[in-house]
Amino acid sequence: MLRRVNYSIILTHLPAPKVASFSRVQEYETYPFASQSLLDPALSDFRAQVLKNKGFYHIKIIRKMITIICHWLLRECSYGIIRRLSFPNGGAMVAKKKQVKAKGLTHEGRDYSAESLHKMHDMMLYIRRFEEKAGQMYGLKKIGGFCHLCNGQEAICVGMEEAAESTDYMMTSYRDHGHILARGSDPTAVMAELLGRAGGVVGGKGGSMHMFDAEKNFAGGNGIVGEQVPIGIGFGFASKYRDDKRVSITIMGDGGINQGAVYESFNMAALWKLPVVFVIENNQYAMGTSISRASAETHLFKRGISFKVPGMQVDGMDVLEVERKTSEALEHARSGEGPIIVEMMTYRYRGHSMSDPATYRTRDEVDEWRSGRDPIARLQKQMVDAGLTTEDAFKQKDREIKKEVAAVAKAAEAQSEPDPSVLWKDVISDEIPGAYPYPGQVG
Amino acid sequence: MAKITYREALNQAMCNEMERDDRVFLMGEEVAEYNGAYKVSQGMLEKFGPRRVIDTPITELGFAGLGVGASMAGLRPIIEFMTWNFAILAMDQIVNAAAKMKYMTGGQYSCPMVFRGAGGAAARVSSQHSQALENWYANIPGLKVVMPSNPADAKGLLASSIRDNDTVIFIENEINYGDVAEVPEGEYIVPLGKADVKRAGRDVTLVAHSRMTGYALAAAEELAKQGIDAEVIDPRTIRPLDEATILASVAKTNRAVVIEEGWRFAGIGAEISARIMEKAFDDLDAPVVRVTGKDVPMPYAANLETLALPSVAEIVEAARTVCNRN
Ligand SMILES: Cc1ncc(C[n+]2csc(CCOP(=O)(O)OP(=O)(O)O)c2C)c(N)n1
Ligand SMILES: [Mg+2]
Repeated sequence: MLRRVNYSIILTHLPAPKVASFSRVQEYETYPFASQSLLDPALSDFRAQVLKNKGFYHIKIIRKMITIICHWLLRECSYGIIRRLSFPNGGAMVAKKKQVKAKGLTHEGRDYSAESLHKMHDMMLYIRRFEEKAGQMYGLKKIGGFCHLCNGQEAICVGMEEAAESTDYMMTSYRDHGHILARGSDPTAVMAELLGRAGGVVGGKGGSMHMFDAEKNFAGGNGIVGEQVPIGIGFGFASKYRDDKRVSITIMGDGGINQGAVYESFNMAALWKLPVVFVIENNQYAMGTSISRASAETHLFKRGISFKVPGMQVDGMDVLEVERKTSEALEHARSGEGPIIVEMMTYRYRGHSMSDPATYRTRDEVDEWRSGRDPIARLQKQMVDAGLTTEDAFKQKDREIKKEVAAVAKAAEAQSEPDPSVLWKDVISDEIPGAYPYPGQVG
Repeated sequence: MAKITYREALNQAMCNEMERDDRVFLMGEEVAEYNGAYKVSQGMLEKFGPRRVIDTPITELGFAGLGVGASMAGLRPIIEFMTWNFAILAMDQIVNAAAKMKYMTGGQYSCPMVFRGAGGAAARVSSQHSQALENWYANIPGLKVVMPSNPADAKGLLASSIRDNDTVIFIENEINYGDVAEVPEGEYIVPLGKADVKRAGRDVTLVAHSRMTGYALAAAEELAKQGIDAEVIDPRTIRPLDEATILASVAKTNRAVVIEEGWRFAGIGAEISARIMEKAFDDLDAPVVRVTGKDVPMPYAANLETLALPSVAEIVEAARTVCNRN
């Protein structure tokens, strides 16, 4: 009963959809785990309420279509120009991948070309194999410190990137290898960073937790839980300030969501309608703490309610669903509607970091996700069922990717360590030579 | 005496104090079900139950403040920061609330509590997870700052800190957690504010705390081979500082090297060498030399990390310099 009251709060407090908004009510209707054990029974009550509101639904669809057309026009007229201005190669870098080929897949009314499906699949598999390699290298003590792998969460990295513009900003926590690879950074540089080599993405200074690539608009790689969230709205602020229609994709975990600064950020982002998509990678554990032991409200997409930040929950093990919902969220943020929360339901197959044996989870639980919901296996099956390719072709692809990753690791390992002089580089920009502490000096 | 690890010694101190005083509880991230990120609270949930050993969400500012309030209300919180890097988020509660509460309430309220966790440079975890920030806390009136360098001190100092009626910043060392040494069994107390002479010597005084104490002892071994007899002093409590022990040593050796892992500028070494200069100027045969971390954020690459940290060789070199052997 109490719960019901809560849900009606959602309905009344969510801003009424304006021209540029998509139907948020629809989001709740398509709650992805309707038939899964994760579903809170109270949500079905909520669904019943939602259905009562269906009267608004067709109006919203028409509004949304108008919005999409307007946006397309707007983007081509203004944003297209910006893109062409900022990229000397005429914007080829950001040319969108979603053109529909004759053969492909349709998911929830969205068409995906065979080409884009292959691209997403290959990238997910690449990340999986890359992380496995990183795990191996860690075992051999070639990678030091803390190393957090994202096995199981690849669909989020890849689906979001597929939906995003490369000009959109992205930042995340220390679990960053998959995201920076999906962003298109050079895998050899990512591996070199893990190994502390001179050719690493940040020259060997950051390691696993601090991957940055400014050219790709990837702002970390942040080691302090929750730290990137206010930073993320700062990027959003800059975008709004310059009116350049870039969205800040600010990623955090189900543990990170509990930091106070997250709520300060929700409030400011909503207050000033900053173009921010807050992504929660809900892998259900923060180190050894399961979500229910750390969060009173475990439906994290609702955490924005009192800040008027709408939220939706997405099956983060389905790359197409991630792509679709992220596109909607990006559109919402880009159109000036303000921030939105996307809670991606996912699971990390490995321990929190390489030193965590993960004894707080049952084998069955891990297996249920690994073999029942694996994002790569799922897309492979969809593609094979659609007659786009064969299992053998995937096996061949896997062999190729493993070879590529091995070559990347070899090339990264062959690099030298950073030059010792680099120790003193980049501490500050404007050094003041005559004043102590003297730049670049020990004493 | 049994040989146990630094982490077990800390665990014993907490368990003993919790057994003798029901007001004491332990709260922090992963302290209960996971037995601590560094296994310091191993078995404590089982022993004391979830009323007294409490896992928190990741929300440092919040639970640090909870500890402040609980201490004002008469409890004796031990608030664990998984590492001191994360205490930065809780700085307001530590500096503006805990440290000042007694003074600004005219003694009506005080905050008898311990903030503890792993500090200093860890191995290969780059800039945000590898730093020695004890000088921040040592600068604040109202706080006590304690840093044990070995298992026995860890046990005795933590017991004292929990019993102390002020807010104690108790900074452990992540790399020392596995160190094994003899530790007295049962109740064991090392008083706060007392430095310890870890090695007696005639020629030069090496002052070093936390992990650097081990480095200073290693340097002293090396110096002995070179005919220099070094005395190693571990202040153990950084604030308030037992300057008498340091000054007595300098009166004997007439030379001093101060070592710290943290940055040089406005560091602990700056304070200690200033005290030596102010109080023992006439005893000195050479200027005090500091060995510190380099003035850069900690880099990840193995070779750079080694360069950024103080080394035994640098301590030997500094001692030779103050002894006019270079
Ligand atoms: C402020 C802060 N507190 C604690 C930590 C230690 N820590 C690192 S990761 C982590 C768990 C975070 O979990 P979650 O946000 O769910 O992200 P996930 O690791 O699942 O991707 C903790 C407690 C930290 N890095 N920063
Ligand atoms: Mg998590």
